[in-house]
Amino acid sequence: MPWPRRSARLREEGARAVLIAVISTAVVFGVIVALVLSSDAWPAVQRQFFSWTHFKAAFPKVLGGFWLDIKMFLFAEVIILGIGLAVAMARSLRGPAFLPLRIITIGYIDLARGLPLLLLILLMGFGIPALQLPGVPNGALFWGIAALVFSYAAYTAEVYRAGIDSVHESQRMSARSIGLTQMQSLWHVVVPQAVRNVIPALLNGFVSLQKDVALVFVLGVREGLREADIYNARTFNYTSYIAAAVLFLLVSVPVARFTDWYTDRDRKRKQAMST
Amino acid sequence: MTQPKLSLRGVAKSFEGKEVLRSVDLDVAPHQVVCLIGTSGSGKSTLLKCINLLVPVDSGDIVLDGVAITDPGVNPNTVRQTMGIVFQSFNLFPHMRVIDNITLGPRKVHRIPRAEAEEQARELLDRFGLLDRADEYPDRLSGGQQQRVAIVRALVSKPELMLLDEVTSALDPELVGEVLGVIRDLKAEGMTMVIATHEMGFARDVADVVGFLDGGVVLEQGPPAAIFGNPHEARTRQFLQRIVDAGRL
Repeated sequence: MPWPRRSARLREEGARAVLIAVISTAVVFGVIVALVLSSDAWPAVQRQFFSWTHFKAAFPKVLGGFWLDIKMFLFAEVIILGIGLAVAMARSLRGPAFLPLRIITIGYIDLARGLPLLLLILLMGFGIPALQLPGVPNGALFWGIAALVFSYAAYTAEVYRAGIDSVHESQRMSARSIGLTQMQSLWHVVVPQAVRNVIPALLNGFVSLQKDVALVFVLGVREGLREADIYNARTFNYTSYIAAAVLFLLVSVPVARFTDWYTDRDRKRKQAMST
Repeated sequence: MTQPKLSLRGVAKSFEGKEVLRSVDLDVAPHQVVCLIGTSGSGKSTLLKCINLLVPVDSGDIVLDGVAITDPGVNPNTVRQTMGIVFQSFNLFPHMRVIDNITLGPRKVHRIPRAEAEEQARELLDRFGLLDRADEYPDRLSGGQQQRVAIVRALVSKPELMLLDEVTSALDPELVGEVLGVIRDLKAEGMTMVIATHEMGFARDVADVVGFLDGGVVLEQGPPAAIFGNPHEARTRQFLQRIVDAGRL
């Protein structure tokens, strides 16, 4: 009876692997923690960054501001997904008639991706309101979100475009052959398949945007990071930043885990389909 | 002579300097079945895609019902609605059910209401023994079933000309018969067809005219008996001899 013995040995090896993983993890993190705590400066750092009293004092304000971050994120993301898709589709149209459209979209994407996001926020947030154009809103919040959308829609358009290019040419041809126009072929046949192919990449963009909304604090928008900054300016204690950090992690880590889970499931599904 | 359904004059097409079609002349009479034979890479597929305007020609004319459809002023979408094309690899839309694959064209191009389009589609599916597959996704179907669905999808807009591009080449041998059967049915109903094929026995059986495509031209054409029995051109003889040697004729 060779089978039971062999599986028992495999189980034993599996258990040993888990044990090694646990021990090595504990050792590595233990050493790091011990090094930090044994540092001469640790008591001072603890007072400055990890004060429970300050944490409790700062948290409500920071949480209130963070709620604005969440709202900005959700609002901007919806617009980004829409504009990004429109830009990607415009860029994917073929034929000489659409050349102007392609030039505009490529110019936009190059511009939006070529500038640091912080610079874009400063330029749009301070520059456009300064023009005092009639009928144009001049709130910092408005232009902060506009800058985020401007930048992220360009990246998102490129993600969609990769998805559109990943759909085999024969699908487009087949759609055209039944009489659909270019636009109809893209919308009904290519895009649904393209989006499915790039969902993991789009989710990565979510994680990134969820943090980057905090950059609008440079315009004076009282979101989470700004509130933490105000607390720090008043008390000279940095624990409020830790409070903000905790809040950002509470949202971004689950989204990141979800992205990994989804990507993994997607890969397995594709493997199952190809066999 | 009646006006041909389709006529090609001097059709030429190159891809990145590689000449695929040099100068193709071909006439297809109404209700006629023309089979194109020739080695892989002889341009059969390209020619069918040119006729459907999926690939723009470099020069030459394609005339459908007396109208030059290669004119720049012609709307290719309108032209495509009058002919159906079926591809070697089926090219069904994998994210849509069979019924939606078939009704997409009628609904979006002809603006037919969904209920009416589905009724038409189910009638056609029933005729080809596929009614029980209407709500399945394409990847749940066998290759033969997928190809028959692709034929139904091309037929649903009531085309007057069908272009079939090696429609059995990607099929397992035991599934070839069901697809060829459908094509024979279409011929019996009087459908005008241009068929690129490697199935010589089928071509001999079903074709009114067989054209041998070689070196970017239709080197020789005529009734199947003449082409298969007594070809004039040395290249045609050579090609057919190789097929016979391979045990395929």
